Amino acid sequence: MPSSDEIFEKVQETLVDALGVNDDEVTPAATLMGDLGAESIDFLDIVFRLEKCFDIKIPRGELFPENLASADSGFVVAGKVTPEGLEELRRRMPHADIDSFADDPTVSRIWDLFTVGMICRFIEARVK
Amino acid sequence: MRWYWIDRFIEFESGKLARAVKNVSLAEEHLHDHFPGFPVMPGSLMIEGMAQTGGILLGEHFKFAYNVILAKVPKVTFHSWACPGDQIIYTARLMDAREEGGSATVEATVGDRAVASAEIVFAHLKSDDPQFSRIDQKNFVFRMNLLDILTVGKAGDGRQPGSNGPDSGQRE
Repeated sequence: MPSSDEIFEKVQETLVDALGVNDDEVTPAATLMGDLGAESIDFLDIVFRLEKCFDIKIPRGELFPENLASADSGFVVAGKVTPEGLEELRRRMPHADIDSFADDPTVSRIWDLFTVGMICRFIEARVK
Repeated sequence: MRWYWIDRFIEFESGKLARAVKNVSLAEEHLHDHFPGFPVMPGSLMIEGMAQTGGILLGEHFKFAYNVILAKVPKVTFHSWACPGDQIIYTARLMDAREEGGSATVEATVGDRAVASAEIVFAHLKSDDPQFSRIDQKNFVFRMNLLDILTVGKAGDGRQPGSNGPDSGQRE
């Protein structure tokens, strides 16, 4: 059973390979899109590599939920995520820091939920 | 100008491996500018050939239900030049294949010489995507007889389906 440190190191290596960043840029708090420059196609590449690296299966939408902020979801009003939306986020992204997001639920900040730490916590829950 | 950067498949194991040939010809116009006095196959076009080989391998796996597009090249290395008269063989191995897309590793060789190697990530375009093009990938493959070689199968020995083997020679 891998330790948290081992998991972090393997996730770090995966992100260095997928995103072409340096390993010192991949910190637990780093956001995938903001800090590490990831784009939507990179999410697919990251899922492929994590599955191979940890020998697990990650069904579509489990690690990186899709359509979180779509206009017809009813979860966004005047550019902010509603309380119902926050509940939905907690349900679909149990490893993300929704509490910090809730302090300022501006919809454009949703992408900040995708952090390196979130991936590590997801993997930990899976392999343990 | 048609955007075909592979000439023919010589081996095809559905869902696993595909080998395609690209003949580099001095008659190709771009070679006269790339480079003047030193014609060599451009790396970008080798990537395209590798992507076509891997992309068709991925597409066939889902019976061409999705339009496969080249989305990302996480890694590519060029080892040696490919020159007019060379026959490049692209060997693609399917690494991942799922509803959203897939990935392949592809090697380009001329004889025993390594020319290039790449990891390629593909995305599937859904028919209701606004970027969906009208290129019919299934017919691109069948119209140009690129996959006529599906009858070639695994060993690439030209064996016709129903025959007794490569040396049988006799046709009923």
